Amino acid sequence: MEEISILIGGQAGEGIKQGGNLIARLFNRYGWNVFVYEDYPSLIKGGHNFSIIRAAKKPVKSHKDEVDILFAFNQDTLKIHQKRISKETVIVYDSQEAQYKRGIKIAMNKIIQEQKLPIFTKNTLVLGITAKILNINFRLVKQLIKEVFKDYQQENIWAAEIGYGLAPTIINLPRLRKSPKPLLTGNEAIALGAAKAGLKLYVAYPMTPATSILHFFARYEDKLGVKIVQPESEIAAVLIAEGAAYAGVRSMVGTSGGGFALMNEALSLAGQAEIPILFVLSQRAAPSTGVPTYTMQGDLLFALNAGHGEFQRIVAAPGDTHQAFYLTGEVLDLVWKYQMPGIILSDKHLSESTFSTEIDLREVKMEKPKLWKEKSGYKRYLLTEDGVSPLAFPGTKNNIVKATSYEHDEYGITIEEAKKVEKMIEKRAKKKKTLVKELKKKETVKIYGNKRSKIVLVGWGSTQGVLKEVAEELKIKFVQILYLEPFPKWELEKIFNDAVEVIDVENNSTGQLASILRSNGFNITRKILKYDARPFTTDELIKKIWQEIK
Amino acid sequence: MARNKIDSSVLDTYAQNTWCPGCFNFVIEAVVKEVILEISKKESKIEDFVLVSGIGCHAKIVDYINTNSFYSIHGRVIPVATGIKLANPDLKVIGFEGDGDAYNEGVAHLVSAARKNTDITVVIHDNRVFALTTGQYTATSPVGFKGKSTPQGSFEKPFNPIELMMTSGATFVARSYAGNPTHFKQVLKKAIGHKGFSFVEVLQPCISFFNPAKFYNEKIYKLEDINHNSSNYKEALTRAREWDYANGKGDIPIGIFYQTYRSTYEEIILKGKKLANSKLSKKFKEILKEKI
Repeated sequence: MEEISILIGGQAGEGIKQGGNLIARLFNRYGWNVFVYEDYPSLIKGGHNFSIIRAAKKPVKSHKDEVDILFAFNQDTLKIHQKRISKETVIVYDSQEAQYKRGIKIAMNKIIQEQKLPIFTKNTLVLGITAKILNINFRLVKQLIKEVFKDYQQENIWAAEIGYGLAPTIINLPRLRKSPKPLLTGNEAIALGAAKAGLKLYVAYPMTPATSILHFFARYEDKLGVKIVQPESEIAAVLIAEGAAYAGVRSMVGTSGGGFALMNEALSLAGQAEIPILFVLSQRAAPSTGVPTYTMQGDLLFALNAGHGEFQRIVAAPGDTHQAFYLTGEVLDLVWKYQMPGIILSDKHLSESTFSTEIDLREVKMEKPKLWKEKSGYKRYLLTEDGVSPLAFPGTKNNIVKATSYEHDEYGITIEEAKKVEKMIEKRAKKKKTLVKELKKKETVKIYGNKRSKIVLVGWGSTQGVLKEVAEELKIKFVQILYLEPFPKWELEKIFNDAVEVIDVENNSTGQLASILRSNGFNITRKILKYDARPFTTDELIKKIWQEIK
Repeated sequence: MARNKIDSSVLDTYAQNTWCPGCFNFVIEAVVKEVILEISKKESKIEDFVLVSGIGCHAKIVDYINTNSFYSIHGRVIPVATGIKLANPDLKVIGFEGDGDAYNEGVAHLVSAARKNTDITVVIHDNRVFALTTGQYTATSPVGFKGKSTPQGSFEKPFNPIELMMTSGATFVARSYAGNPTHFKQVLKKAIGHKGFSFVEVLQPCISFFNPAKFYNEKIYKLEDINHNSSNYKEALTRAREWDYANGKGDIPIGIFYQTYRSTYEEIILKGKKLANSKLSKKFKEILKEKI
């Protein structure tokens, strides 16, 4: 057995997410790599929620359509996921809430009620059932519960024991001799990466799917030393962050498309006033409110073009939690080095999915930006060879720090004269040239699969997991573009040179990366686009690629 | 006048002043410089002051005063000032906003800062008109205001910012008059000295687009002259409501309407920490372990 997929489905409020997380952790402690996809509508109680937990011997960063075990808390789950069920699928359902022609019948709700257990222990009941089906020693289950639950430990252990007692063993899941890895969501990895690069302040107005960054920082405030502020609006959020950055504190904001739209005026301000600030833009299926708890890669061109006027920015798109960690750290450091806004592009699929994550904390470093060292005479916008002016912060003895949204002279006083305007625009443009020089030494593009293949898949962001797996399976090449601005043309020229087919794969309806590639002179032969607000699954993408290149 | 004795030229910049000759912003600028100099001689240093401005005629003040400053965008002075104060609570952060900034574009920030008791001072240059855009009505223009966008006279009812600040939870609420620099100076010093959110509205005649100087001179009286008790919320609210911005009815009290004390936003959030020089966390491994 190389891998196993489990689905838990039921209503919102039944703790599906927690149940999925517990199962994932059990696999993790059994030495397996896991990926968890969570699917939920925009409501608090009712509706249909489900989690798919995929565990494999190899690293996995995507889910499949078919599942090996399906837990149905209600009839809806069986109906909605009919196409995921094969002859081999083990079905476990609540016999009082649903009916099915075969499977393991357990009256989950009834047992919980009869045993006077809190309703959320249904998750640990399911955990017990899973462990028994897979022949996992109960000691591991018990240990996990003890570590996860500070309250209701006994109740949870009791529920798991009941589950363990009621189910048969069907699969003998081997224990792998690999040490467990941290299970992180994209948002958690983004938060950790930023904190590692010196973040001190996170400012955000709640908006799915970025909200869990705020929750993570709140939960680990004492451990990470990152303060959070939840102000009156996204507009306030970004300006508080920019005020703090001006005063020398590494700051970040996080939001989704609608909130980012509100932040646009301040994005231009950061460009003009040379304020170092990092935005996390976690895309939902939009426009407008769109499909708020689902995924789409619809904001790439928005991120690249947002704001009025011409200014420099950095845009990077991690594809998994490892990249989310080090890229967020790297970009936060770069925005301080180059004093410009940066954007980390995520989406619901990366932000809220859970990945087994290999993290080397040393991958994120904090470099000292160019600082002002003289006793007096500071000029905030000093003209320099590389375009980068030394930083000083208010409170520096005998030095005055003047930041401004107006076009300005070196000191920060408003100017309107033609020659001076031109000079300052050129000064800021120089920063990009210097930045590109540095990026040429960094990894801006990543290649997976068969590196010699002349069939190339190209993508960005959260599709990395599925594209990597598919490319490896089909023995073709996959190119993931990590930096979207500055656009790493220098790398792509080498890679695309001898390609026969370049297939652009994106989770949107127009192929935004394709249009950028084409405008940079690259030839895209085909596009595979998915825009039903759901991420690609591996089986689905393989089928689509076959259709294209058969 | 005594106030002219202070030599504030150390706070001058080389920027060419572009206010209309005779503009009341010159008065505000002169008073602000004097106050900064006076305070910096005793407790803080000049480099501990940060001035934040919005966009409009008032905002140019930061180009003319040689202190740290953040010339921000229209309506957003308060969040920028909040961020600066959160980053470094040792700084004295003073925001300058026009009525367009504070009462129109950025009114949500004003209400929120009052509610949260952010430890900043905000000075509103309330000339009751958008001046730099050549004369349109704002949220405090009187009913019937004739401007380029309202040739027939504006029909919107203005609000009363003093009352709004009182009911939003501001801990220092004052009004002054640009025509009375001595009074403005007293109020501004107290506002800067106040721990918590201090709000100072300065009635400012606009000599180009809306000049009720004569009306103000007739109607204005000082709260201190009637022994107003600024710790009495009810009394303060009654005084706040005395003058109606809509039709000019009632006399215009100036001075400190209300002052009280409660924990500031920064005290609650920072718990004594200073972000600007706090150390990096070393507990990443603990968090990662929890995630296994």
